[in-house]
Amino acid sequence: MSTNTQEATDPSIVVTDEALAALVGPPPPPRERRIAKIAGAVGWALVGLAAFVAAWWFASTRSPGLPSPALAWSTLLDTLADPFYDNGPNDKGVGLQLLTSMGRVGQGFGFAVLVGVPAGLLMGASRRTWQALNPISQVLRPVSPLAWFPIWLKVSQDAPRAAVIVIFITALWPVLINTAAGAATIPQEQQDVAKVFRFGRVAYLRHVLVPNALPSIVTGLRLSMGIAWMVIVAVEMLSGSTGIGAHVWTMYNTSNMPAVVVAIIVIGAVGMLLDLAFLRLGRAVAPKGRS
Amino acid sequence: MSLQIRGLHKTYGTQHVLRDVDLTIDTGQFVSLIGHSGCGKSTLLGAVGGLVTPDGGTITLDGTPVTEPGPDRAMVFQSYSLLPRLSLLQNVREAVKEARPDRTRSWVDEMTERYLGAVGLWEHRHKKPAQVSGGMAQRTAVARAFAVSPRILLLDEPFGALDALTRARLQQQLIELWGNESDTETVIMVTHGIDEAVLLADRVVVMANPPFASVREVFDVPIPRPRDRATVGDHAAYKDIQHQLLAILAEDQLVAA
Repeated sequence: MSTNTQEATDPSIVVTDEALAALVGPPPPPRERRIAKIAGAVGWALVGLAAFVAAWWFASTRSPGLPSPALAWSTLLDTLADPFYDNGPNDKGVGLQLLTSMGRVGQGFGFAVLVGVPAGLLMGASRRTWQALNPISQVLRPVSPLAWFPIWLKVSQDAPRAAVIVIFITALWPVLINTAAGAATIPQEQQDVAKVFRFGRVAYLRHVLVPNALPSIVTGLRLSMGIAWMVIVAVEMLSGSTGIGAHVWTMYNTSNMPAVVVAIIVIGAVGMLLDLAFLRLGRAVAPKGRS
Repeated sequence: MSLQIRGLHKTYGTQHVLRDVDLTIDTGQFVSLIGHSGCGKSTLLGAVGGLVTPDGGTITLDGTPVTEPGPDRAMVFQSYSLLPRLSLLQNVREAVKEARPDRTRSWVDEMTERYLGAVGLWEHRHKKPAQVSGGMAQRTAVARAFAVSPRILLLDEPFGALDALTRARLQQQLIELWGNESDTETVIMVTHGIDEAVLLADRVVVMANPPFASVREVFDVPIPRPRDRATVGDHAAYKDIQHQLLAILAEDQLVAA
């Protein structure tokens, strides 16, 4: 714990506004400064984007298979004009394909949270559970989730369901490990308080274990979602039929390369939004001030 | 009626932090445990609190062995140890509720209000620990301990991290709560401040450094209460004990070095 915030400013170092103004001139108003900062960030982002597009364009002039940025752009506009069209099972808009994939990710991820968070809390709080589960998770964690696909396909006899199970396995490990790590690092002083005042299981879970593990849990969720979103594309490319991954593969097979590029852009945008959402959530649950 | 410590041993690795400690603390006394850092005084307090399991020896409270934390003993830690996401009110109330499941909800609320009020924090009760000063945080911890209504209050360098003025005010509040407000009978306080030890206590127990790590000396402080901080220093017994404590601690310092 730190001391009172009032003590944070050292009264012996006093720089008056007048003295500062005499030295460096008046500071710009905060609003102006903020706008200048944002303009700078946006400017450099545009520079980076321009360099990337230039390199892409150069590469596309050398390689006939790679669509040019201009072609990709016009295809993107066409695609976004009507993303949700549905011309039967073999011809659906990118929006519908995305929704299918997001639904699978949502199911697998949700199930992974339901299993991973309680199991992780248990692992973190009890050494025996840790010792029982940690070796298994350490061996299974580095396995590419795609390696599981044949097993689940054989078991469930249903490609979409197998995809959901693969996503579940994908999302489970980061949630489990991060939750366990968060739950295992309760500050000693809080453990002592819980012991001295003889906290029951519910109070310990509610007031000590979960609050301390929460930032770590959200980190786990963010990692899980990131990997799950990558893996769903690969799984659907394997399993075919529906989803954004299958869409990418279908477009390749019909030699519609601009559509592949557009799909990549859309997948990236959705992944970024998902990551941003969890980043926000992480900030919301981050510990404030001292502990 | 007393707390009896007999032949207590505790070893961390090869280091004897407690070696054959014998100590009897009568009910109703305020006892200061003093000694250099690492002399085992906090370990002894933790053992009485039931947080530390000794390697040998016994602790009994009125004949009943002490092996784990219990509602008859409450503790105040040096680091305040409030739960950061709970308000001051919730910190006290949840702890009392958990420590005293035998009591009704209204008793819990009454004790919470009484002791948060007694330390002058009732109007700040909805603030989080991060929003208050160190002194206020520690007053909350003191209120939390008293509100459990323990027989013995255990204080582990409770005022060590506070500035001198705040410390003086909290010492005063502690004595008032112990003497007048509460049913708490006995107080054991670990400190490394000689003045604090003598000012507050009926008895001062000096712990020796490892490898001896046992009770080195016990002083009675025959200064009548209420003691006035401003004039207590003029008391002959105060000066005498102060000098002896200084001498012992200085000597121990040399042995340790």
